[in-house]
Amino acid sequence: MSAVAVSGVTKRYGETAALDHVSLDFADGSFCSLLGPSGSGKTTLLRAIAGFIEPDSGAIAIGGVSVENIPVRHRGIGMVFQNYALFPHMTVGDNVAFGLSVRGAPAGEITRRVRDMLALVQLEGFEERKPRQLSGGQQQRVALARALVTEPKVLLLDEPLGALDRRLREEMQIELRQIQRTVGITTIFVTHDQEEALTLSDRIAIIDEGRVVQVGVPNEVYERPETAFAARFLGDANFMTGSVGTGGVVTTAAFGPVRTADPLPDGSETVMLAVRPEKMRLAESTDDNGDNGDNRIHGAVRQTVFSGNSVTYIVAAGDETIRVFAQNRGDRVFDTGDAVTVQWSARHSVVVKP
Amino acid sequence: MTAARIAGLAGPALLGLVLVFLYLPIVVLALMGLNESVHYELPFRFSTQWYERLLYNERLITATLNSVWLALANTIIATALGTMAALALARHRFRGRTLMRLLLFPPITIPWLIIGTSMLVLFYWTGIGRGLHAMLLGHVALSLPYVIIVVGARLASFGVELEEAASSLGAAPLQVFFRVSLPMMAPGIVAAALFAFAISFDQFVISYFLAPPGVSTLPVEIYSAIRKGFTPEVNVISTVVIVISMGLLLLFARFSRFGGEQ
Repeated sequence: MSAVAVSGVTKRYGETAALDHVSLDFADGSFCSLLGPSGSGKTTLLRAIAGFIEPDSGAIAIGGVSVENIPVRHRGIGMVFQNYALFPHMTVGDNVAFGLSVRGAPAGEITRRVRDMLALVQLEGFEERKPRQLSGGQQQRVALARALVTEPKVLLLDEPLGALDRRLREEMQIELRQIQRTVGITTIFVTHDQEEALTLSDRIAIIDEGRVVQVGVPNEVYERPETAFAARFLGDANFMTGSVGTGGVVTTAAFGPVRTADPLPDGSETVMLAVRPEKMRLAESTDDNGDNGDNRIHGAVRQTVFSGNSVTYIVAAGDETIRVFAQNRGDRVFDTGDAVTVQWSARHSVVVKP
Repeated sequence: MTAARIAGLAGPALLGLVLVFLYLPIVVLALMGLNESVHYELPFRFSTQWYERLLYNERLITATLNSVWLALANTIIATALGTMAALALARHRFRGRTLMRLLLFPPITIPWLIIGTSMLVLFYWTGIGRGLHAMLLGHVALSLPYVIIVVGARLASFGVELEEAASSLGAAPLQVFFRVSLPMMAPGIVAAALFAFAISFDQFVISYFLAPPGVSTLPVEIYSAIRKGFTPEVNVISTVVIVISMGLLLLFARFSRFGGEQ
């Protein structure tokens, strides 16, 4: 059963649609990311689920029950805000206890559950501190503990790791996922960080201009992007546009014929192919070894970016450039001006909607 | 002495001068209340006779009590109304919100003399008339913009997320208000209340216009006493007022530090 079901939700602000017929199902106990650029509507969707925004049309159900006209406080949600929104006038203990105490839980139970919750986020004994005495990562944990202590049906996270520095963010990602698995709570995570979405999620929903562009498990969304936007936003891609030929060949103006394993529409329609830079490899221009790939394009290295464990090449071919990402396995590192062949398999040419 | 040393001394000297100008008149005022002479003559001879006489000066005592009650009522009403208005302006969208915000500022710049005159005219025409009730109305109207601006500034300093977080945790609107919004606003509300009290307690112009014969407040009474040629009893009552208000201020300062300022 889906823990949260969004169907046909639309929200307009004047002329612009912040959400445009959005439908999404969130499976029970799953960790799902809403990934999109700022202004894409991902936060609006989260806030509509929370109840801070009333959709113009469409329905939202939590735990199989429609939440229309149900106020935020009765929706059974736990939420972590972008800047944590800890109550600065309360101690850490009172912050975590807040959700229990407004429900009138007995004092003994509150003390016990707050202590258990703080233990879960590794902040034992922090009850008496004030939020401003804590580091960013610690505040983040308090916010998480506060959101989870009431045992909500769904946990909503609004870019909670955005304010942390890189190292701390990576630590928190792992910890967040661990806590989520321990508690087993359905989690909806808003982020604009593609790496974060890939690392954390069971499922990713890519959102752009108020619409769901693609939904799937991280691997699938990454390997089989359906649109150019999805390919570009989640990872990096080379795009090639051409007309459909016969036998899985697309004739591009810049690179000549390019093969794909994807089914192609009949006729001479224009199609767009996306190829991930790491799926390509560079070889000497004299290398004619056929089993290195179904596609080979001759070009010259324009730029070599060496970053230790990997090398990124910008290769000029025809009028355009191709990005090639190579792991540093001790092979030859090409220099600017070297004549090379870019090779990749036909199954890595993914047909995408422009 | 080097130039740098002279410059280094200039700052404290200037500050000292400013303090002398501010406090010397008050010190003189307080001392003259303890001088025996009715005409402020020197040499100074210590006497508590003006303090004793004050106890029997019913006009001055009545006026002082009027002022205190007026200021307290004004503080409570203006602070409550102003806080509500500030909340509405900061947290809710409604028709005419921008216009209302804009209209808050002119009353602060319009001279009190003009406001007083227009109130007198308005109250006369509407039958509200003059008296303590009219003064209270005037003081509240005058204090409101200050309260709204001071509380509003405090409200703007913390986002709506705190209130949203509270309701996401299951708090009902009243719980959100009393457990989150109100404690967060408290420093602003205390400051606004002090403002409101001071505006009313100091208020001369509007009280003067709206006071019917036989009713007066302390500032009005002091003014008429001065016009008649005043006695050191005015010094005495002024000293008492200064001591009480400074004591209150120190108390508030200590209290707000307890509240934990960011």
